[in-house]
Amino acid sequence: MFKIAREALPALFAKMAEIADLFLPVKNNINTEYARFTPESAVDLETLKTAKSPKDLFFPQSETLYTCHRDGKKLSVVPEKLAEAPFIVFGMRACDIQGVAVLDRVFLSEPQDSFYAARRQNGLLIGMACTEPEESCFCGTFGIDHTAPGGDVDTMLTKTHLYWMPCTEKGQVLTEKLADLLQEAKEDELDKEKEKAKALMEAMPYKDVSVEGWGAAAADKNFDSPLWESLAKPCLACGTCTFVCPTCQCYDIKDYETGHGVKRYRCWDSCMYSDFTMMAHGNNRTTQMQRFRQRFMHKLAYFPANNDGMFSCVGCGRCVEKCPSALNIVKVIKAFGGEQHA
Amino acid sequence: MQELVARLKELLSAGTVDRVLGWKRGDSDWNPEPAFFTSVESLADFVYDGFCGANLSKYMIEATAQEGRTAVLLKPCDTYSFNRLLAEHRVVREKAYVIGVGCRGKLDMGKLRKLGMKGIQHIEGADAFAGDTLTVDTAYGKKTCAYQDALLDRCHVCKGKTHVVYDEVIGASADTTDMDRFAEVERLAAMSPEERFAFFQGELSRCIRCNACRNVCPACSCRKCVFDGDSFDSAQKANVDSFEEKMFHIIRAFHVAGRCTDCGECSRVCPQGIPLHLFNRKLIGDINAFYGEYTAGETAENKNPLVSFTTEDREPGEGRNA
Repeated sequence: MFKIAREALPALFAKMAEIADLFLPVKNNINTEYARFTPESAVDLETLKTAKSPKDLFFPQSETLYTCHRDGKKLSVVPEKLAEAPFIVFGMRACDIQGVAVLDRVFLSEPQDSFYAARRQNGLLIGMACTEPEESCFCGTFGIDHTAPGGDVDTMLTKTHLYWMPCTEKGQVLTEKLADLLQEAKEDELDKEKEKAKALMEAMPYKDVSVEGWGAAAADKNFDSPLWESLAKPCLACGTCTFVCPTCQCYDIKDYETGHGVKRYRCWDSCMYSDFTMMAHGNNRTTQMQRFRQRFMHKLAYFPANNDGMFSCVGCGRCVEKCPSALNIVKVIKAFGGEQHA
Repeated sequence: MQELVARLKELLSAGTVDRVLGWKRGDSDWNPEPAFFTSVESLADFVYDGFCGANLSKYMIEATAQEGRTAVLLKPCDTYSFNRLLAEHRVVREKAYVIGVGCRGKLDMGKLRKLGMKGIQHIEGADAFAGDTLTVDTAYGKKTCAYQDALLDRCHVCKGKTHVVYDEVIGASADTTDMDRFAEVERLAAMSPEERFAFFQGELSRCIRCNACRNVCPACSCRKCVFDGDSFDSAQKANVDSFEEKMFHIIRAFHVAGRCTDCGECSRVCPQGIPLHLFNRKLIGDINAFYGEYTAGETAENKNPLVSFTTEDREPGEGRNA
C-alpha cells in the first residue's frame, strides 16, 4: 500500500493526465460531475455522489454508431471509430464500480458490444472508499463494501493523505509509473478509518433494507401483486431515475437527418417513457403501472434471473434523492416486506 | 394537521367525496409522496408537513376523469395552476372538492444538504403550521437550522396567502416573500445578448432530457407531447447537439408562455439543478412590460394577453430591450 499527502494531489492528477485522459469528479456551478481533468478543474473529492453516475464514460447518453453520406447516386457508410485512447476514471465509489460490473454483464456477453468493450479495455478504474456515507446509501443491501470499491486501484482519502492500493495488473502498471509521487504505507494504517466508515454506515436509515425474497423467484411471485398499482400512482413518467442510475442500460437506436446523409446513433432510453420498446404492432406495456413495474422487476427479479443472481441495483441512492415524487426502489423493496428488524 | 385529517375523514365518510388526493407519509421524515386515499382507514398514512412541496393540481386531470368526486389539497400557489387547468378544460370543477390548505413555505432537502447536513436520520420541526427551527439528527451529530433557511427557492418569492379557488380553507398561510421576484430576470436582462446566450447555454448543457420538468408542469398537459411523437424529428430521448438541448426548453417555455403561473415545480424537480423557472419568469416579465401586469391563474378565465387581441397591442419588435 502507498500514500500521498493531500497537498500533492494536484501533482498526482497532472501526472496521471500525462499518462492518459483523466476523468474525475469536478464541481461545476451547481453540481459535481465526472469531467475531464485540466489544471483549472475544480476537483471535488468531498462530494460523495456525483449528480449523474460515471456510467456515461463507458456508455454515453448519446453516441453515433455510423454515418451515411449521400453524394449524387453514391451512398457511403462510415462506421464510427472505436475508442482507442487509454483513459483513467478516478474517484469511483464502490456502488458505481459495481454498476460497471452490471453493465459488463450486458454489453460484454456474446455478442459483445464493440463500442462498450473498447472503452472498457482502454479504461482504468480508480476506486475511492466512502468515509462519510449519506442517508440515501444502501449499497450494503447488495453485499457491497463501501470501504473496498474494487477498482484497478483502490484509494481512500483521510484528513492528511490519499491512500493508494493497486488491485489489478493494470493498476500495478499505473502505480509503477507514479512511483516518484507515492510513498510506502503500512497495511494497517487504514484499519481504524475503515472501521469508522463501517460504523457510520450502520447508522444510516437504510442499513436494514433487504432483498431477501427477490431474485429469480420473484419474477412470478411479485408480477401480479396489487401493490404495484398504488406504488406507481404518483409516478410522473419522467426518466430521472433511469438517467441518474449507474446500471440502467436500455437504449434506443435512432436516425438523425444531417441534410446530406443520416447519422445513426443510439441514446439512453427509459422504461418510464410511453414509447419504450415500441414495436410495429404497438407497445406491450400500455400503462404507467406496467412501465413502473418493469423498472423494479428488471433490477430485482429479471436481471438476477439471467445473471447468476446478480441484482442490477447497487444501492447508490441517486434515484432516492432525485425522484420528483419521492418514489424509489427502497420504498418498493419495503412495500414487498424487505426490511429486517434486528 | 389533526383538524385536516378529521375533516378529510368527515368528507369521506359522509360521501361528499370518493377519494382524497394528498400526501402519504414516506419511509423517512422528509419524503412524503402524493397519494390517493379512498377510505377513512387509509388516512392513517396521511401526512401534511413542510416536505409536501409537490403541486397536486396536475394529478387532478386524471382524478377528475374518473367517476366520483376527488378532494384535493392545494396550497395557495397550487390553486393558480388549478385555475389554469380549469380555464383549459383539463379538469372538471364539479368533480373536484378543493381544500385550500395553509402553507408557510415548503422545504428543500437540497438546502439542508448544502448546509452540510448528511447522514440524516430524523428531522423535527417540519410541522406544516408551527415552529421556527428544524432539528436534524444525523449520523454525524445533531444539527439545527432555521425553517426559513431550508425553503424551496420558489417560496422566497411566494405568491401570498390567498387561495384563488377553493371550496373550503383549512389552516393559516404565511407570505414567505423575502426576495424580489424579478431580481434574477433583471440580472439576465442587463446582460449582453452574447452573455445571456452563454448563460442559458451553460445551464442547459447539463440537461439530461429526463423530461421531469415537462411531466411535472401543470401547464404541460398535452395528451401527447410533440417531443414524444415518433413522427417528429425531434422526438429524441437525448440531445444530439447543443441546438437540441436548447430547442426542447425554448419550445416548452414558449408553449407555456402566458399560461405558466410560475409555480416553480420545474426547478424543484430538475435532477441537474437547472434554474428552468428563469425562462418562464423572463417571459412573464416581458408580458407584464408589454401588456400590463398579468398573473396567470388568478382567475379561471382563459383570457390571457398572448391569446387576446386589442388594437392597442404593441407591434412586433416594438419595445424590445426596453
